[in-house]
Amino acid sequence: MEIPYTISTRPDTGLWNAKIGIWLFLASEVMLFGGLFSAYVFLRLDAQPGEWPHGLLNVPIGTFNTAILIVSSVTVVLAWAALKMRRYNAYWWYMLATILCGIIFLFVKLYLEWPPKFSHYGVFIKPEAREKYEPYLGNHRREEKGLEPRIEITGHLENHEALTDSNIKEYEIALDPVNADPDNPSHDRPHFIPLPATEKVAKIDKQDVERIDSFGPWHSAYFASYFTITGLHGAHVLAGVLVFLYMWLPVSKKVYQRNPEHLANRVEVSGLFWHFVDLIWIFVFPLFYLL
Amino acid sequence: MNNPPDIAQDPAEHEEYAHGVQQHVSRYLMVGGLLLFFTLLTVALSYVDFGGFFSWLFHIHISQEGSRKLNIAVAIAVAAFKASLVALIFMHLAAEKRLIYRVLIFTGLFVLVLFWLTYLAWYDPITR
Repeated sequence: MEIPYTISTRPDTGLWNAKIGIWLFLASEVMLFGGLFSAYVFLRLDAQPGEWPHGLLNVPIGTFNTAILIVSSVTVVLAWAALKMRRYNAYWWYMLATILCGIIFLFVKLYLEWPPKFSHYGVFIKPEAREKYEPYLGNHRREEKGLEPRIEITGHLENHEALTDSNIKEYEIALDPVNADPDNPSHDRPHFIPLPATEKVAKIDKQDVERIDSFGPWHSAYFASYFTITGLHGAHVLAGVLVFLYMWLPVSKKVYQRNPEHLANRVEVSGLFWHFVDLIWIFVFPLFYLL
Repeated sequence: MNNPPDIAQDPAEHEEYAHGVQQHVSRYLMVGGLLLFFTLLTVALSYVDFGGFFSWLFHIHISQEGSRKLNIAVAIAVAAFKASLVALIFMHLAAEKRLIYRVLIFTGLFVLVLFWLTYLAWYDPITR
């Protein structure tokens, strides 16, 4: 039995069925991401001064990934156009480019961006002890200039055993530049290229520490929303890559040979999904990386 | 059998059709270039101190907080413009059937309600 209206349009809707299907699905996706984005807005508006971190993500990497997704959006729409013009070879190459872009995006996310976060630490200082760590926090100057106070000292944890061993009384942190030289005005705004941790090691008494956490989802509302939203987005990229892989493999050439318009329509709906994923990233990028 | 085997059996007709799609291709490339340009622009603009700039231009005082809000507004505006390019051109919403617009109007309304709920939770008149 043939599935109706995969190519020709239904008289009452004026559309082939998959097109309505994908748009209804995308409408539900808008609500899924909308819920998470509104949670982000809520958490951010409710954050106390100093609680919402800035400049912890790598902007050049984020920009690169944004560009990769935009390029893949172009290649997938070109793949569709190639099918419409019945140029299977061109389609094959454009589809390959799209799949590779998706894989590069995931590679950057999973190997370059996420893992270093889990070995980078933030030490939250108790409010009453912040004066003691003024040389690392630089809050006198910040208060004068009307900037939010700094409440944590970040960097590379030198003595990991301090996390578990209660006999060790101090954390030793190789400081990030922002805490190594806190009164430097160039740290008032995030740097474009993130600076590596310095050689300067600070000893922080455990008694003065509210909590110490690596930059995982447990670190703050910021990182919790970052990992949730980019994680869900990454899952969508993976799903898109798998669908495109199916469209690219020889199985789909048979569909093309039977009816090229059928494959073109399949590529169009999966392309619509892919553009939507790109569209989400267009908002994720400034919200988490730049602002 | 409601599916025709192909839209253009006649070679001449197909040639004309292919030409139409070819014109779309240059538009897609142009939009792709625009999107890349606006990505770089939004990165650059996020490092601009709008508060300082407008304070200097209009001789008014804008706090650091206010300056950051200006940066957020600019970044969201650029993102919204990029998103509408993707939706209108890549997702063909510039010319689509009425039923899809209807679906999207409802989606937009529901999203507004969703964000309004968040606003209510944040702007809680009882506990604040």
